[in-house]
Amino acid sequence: MSTVPVEVGHPSVQHWAEPGHRDDRSFLRKYVFATDHKVIGAQFLFMSLFFLLVGGALAMLIRWQLGWPGTPIPGGAILGEAKAPGGIILPEFYNSLVTMHGTFMIFFAIMPLLVGVFGNWLIPLHVGAADMAFPRLNMASFWTAVPAGLIMLSSFFVTGGASAAGWTGYAPLSAVPEYSGVYLGQKLWCISLIVLGFASLMGAVNYITTIVNMRAPGMTWMRLPLPIWSLFITAILVLLAIPVLTGALILLLFDQTIGTTFFLPPDGGQPLMWQHLFWYFGHPEVYILILPAMGIVSEVLSNGSRKPIFGYRFMVYATIAIAFLGWVVWGHHMFQSGMNPYLGATFMTSTMIIAVPSAIKVFNWLGTMYRGNIHFHVPMMNAIAFVAMFVIGGLSGVFMASTPVDIYIHDTYFIVAHIHYVLFGGSLFAIFAGIYYWYPKFFGRLMSPLLGKIHFGLTFVFYNLVFFPMHNLGLDGMMRRIYDPNQYEFLQPLQPVNTLISVSALLLGAAQLIFIFNFVWSLKAGKKAPANPWNANSLEWTLPSPPPHGNFTTMPTVYRGPYEYSAPDRETDFWPQSEPPGTRTGGRREEVHA
Amino acid sequence: MSHAAAMSASRPMEGMKIYNLKLGMWVFLLSEVMFFSSLIGAYIILRFAHPEQWAEPNTVLNVPLTGFNTFMLICSSVTMVKAFAAIEHGDQAGLRKWLIATIILGAAFVGIQVYEYIKLAQHGFVPGAAAYAAEGGPLYGSTFYTMTGFHGAHVTIGVLALIFTAVKAFRGKYTSTDYGGVEIMGLYWHFVDLVWIILFTIVYLI
Repeated sequence: MSTVPVEVGHPSVQHWAEPGHRDDRSFLRKYVFATDHKVIGAQFLFMSLFFLLVGGALAMLIRWQLGWPGTPIPGGAILGEAKAPGGIILPEFYNSLVTMHGTFMIFFAIMPLLVGVFGNWLIPLHVGAADMAFPRLNMASFWTAVPAGLIMLSSFFVTGGASAAGWTGYAPLSAVPEYSGVYLGQKLWCISLIVLGFASLMGAVNYITTIVNMRAPGMTWMRLPLPIWSLFITAILVLLAIPVLTGALILLLFDQTIGTTFFLPPDGGQPLMWQHLFWYFGHPEVYILILPAMGIVSEVLSNGSRKPIFGYRFMVYATIAIAFLGWVVWGHHMFQSGMNPYLGATFMTSTMIIAVPSAIKVFNWLGTMYRGNIHFHVPMMNAIAFVAMFVIGGLSGVFMASTPVDIYIHDTYFIVAHIHYVLFGGSLFAIFAGIYYWYPKFFGRLMSPLLGKIHFGLTFVFYNLVFFPMHNLGLDGMMRRIYDPNQYEFLQPLQPVNTLISVSALLLGAAQLIFIFNFVWSLKAGKKAPANPWNANSLEWTLPSPPPHGNFTTMPTVYRGPYEYSAPDRETDFWPQSEPPGTRTGGRREEVHA
Repeated sequence: MSHAAAMSASRPMEGMKIYNLKLGMWVFLLSEVMFFSSLIGAYIILRFAHPEQWAEPNTVLNVPLTGFNTFMLICSSVTMVKAFAAIEHGDQAGLRKWLIATIILGAAFVGIQVYEYIKLAQHGFVPGAAAYAAEGGPLYGSTFYTMTGFHGAHVTIGVLALIFTAVKAFRGKYTSTDYGGVEIMGLYWHFVDLVWIILFTIVYLI
């Protein structure tokens, strides 16, 4: 419609960094109500690492109960009489622990770590922009996520305790307070997630607009670094999936408060409808939690192998395919729900098809490493662990996707093992890889590689000791979310396995202290980071560490893709995206596409 | 704008030919589509499962009154287009005039909806479970208030945003080359109008 250019908001109008310009923003503007995407990324990092700790602490309590049922927790008296009298966890509190562990980890740890942290840190730098398209909206996104987290946290301290209906909040258990014994806590759970939905929405609008419109000259779609492709697809999933959850949560909240009966069968409501709405959001959510991790891993693997990523285009197509298929598989969470069995068969088929693009990615990662000049730096180790663990998690997913097998393993510890293999073994190892990789860029200091390797080694070993035996527990019939398996005679022989898992889990938790120490200590005492510690190609590595406010001094121009490692006839084994062709090395010359 | 800044790079930027605000608003509206789809989807499931809980059209709900309200909302979309067309040609007076007209129509829509709610509540038609079992069933009121209520909230937010836009218009902040704020306001307003046409059809007429 508009033939006249609209001046304000045109992507080319950006506030670039001004060298030698004194930064006179106040402390509040610079670090608290900041609009700089790098600061907001760091804010998200500190927030979500805090909630990762909270979620981890809840997991420790769960493992204590399962490892040594009915034994008082050392120092457990601080939990209070209502939750753990004499330090012994009550069954009602255990339900809250399981629910809140899942809720915190998914919504307040992994999701903001992947989307909030890396989305904010990487998108403007990787596309060559001064900042996000809407910096103030970006700030609002973070300051909406914080109260959401605080509301969720506060639900532990209200009468009746925190939500105990599982992270999936199945109605009518979640809709009727008498069923779960949780009153205000369940409402706070709904409200918190609704508020968080607004934060996610603001982020998604910003990411999509920035990636589509703010790409620097030459940064074509097929030259985008793969983390950006992943975050772009993820942002679309967030944009379209979260509103459905918001709608479902609103209906649930109405059932709890104003006496509607959307999910209450006596008055015509449909519990199955909650499951459909929840999983219509929930399955795209699964890919929200893994796609950015795949992007990070692709970046790190290519860098660590000193080779171009194998099959860049197919990586992109596989990402799109996974995202698309992710919308038509939600029913595989509901094989046992009583829905039409014919429907189960279609969901089984569509779910199995997802294995194809996932396998394409795995083989491309292997192809990337094959005969590469592999540098085993700490991010690379975590990235390789991601690939291995994702394969295990993916294969156990195929078990559950086939309905006959799922009838047997549904709601057992097999499911718990699977989700943790993709979410911890997958996403969290990728997050560690990403943090180790980009920490020098954003904090200006190097993390200790020795501590990083110790942290990785211990995490990898104890992680597998915790979660691999869970497959067997599940096949032996141990139900997920169970307070004390010993109440069933046939589960009593499994107690030694549960104790082994719990010991490993406590050690796994302890190993994370090394990461925390390394993170905090390096902020002050780490070696000063050079601009490009990994000899990487993407645009952020041409900038000082940390990059100044406004990132680039002028709009960068991009000449090639981000994975031009070990190009023949060059002196160096990397080739920055913005290095003009034919300069510096006198090596292979390239036509200038002006 | 600093055309110099845009031209300083040797090549044009990648990206679409529309400006950020407009792209952002379109993206946001996509998520709004999904939000209303979840409510409408739930409504369809419940109504197919329990048709007996719904009263005949025009027995509980006042269709002529809401029909008039719908007409007003459609008119407000026309005035919004007029406002946008005015500022595209730099017509400041026209922009202000049509924005005020849109605000009046939008506010009147919300006012009539509130009046409708009060009247219905006086007849005992509330989203409580047992209070009005005589007129349809509990799901009827629950879905009615949820769907029209969230649409009403969107119109209310729209009216507030229109007032904000009008204040800026009266301060002369928009020009024939800088009308982004008016255009995205229009996009949002037309979307809210469109949703209402769907809701009016499935909630009142069918």
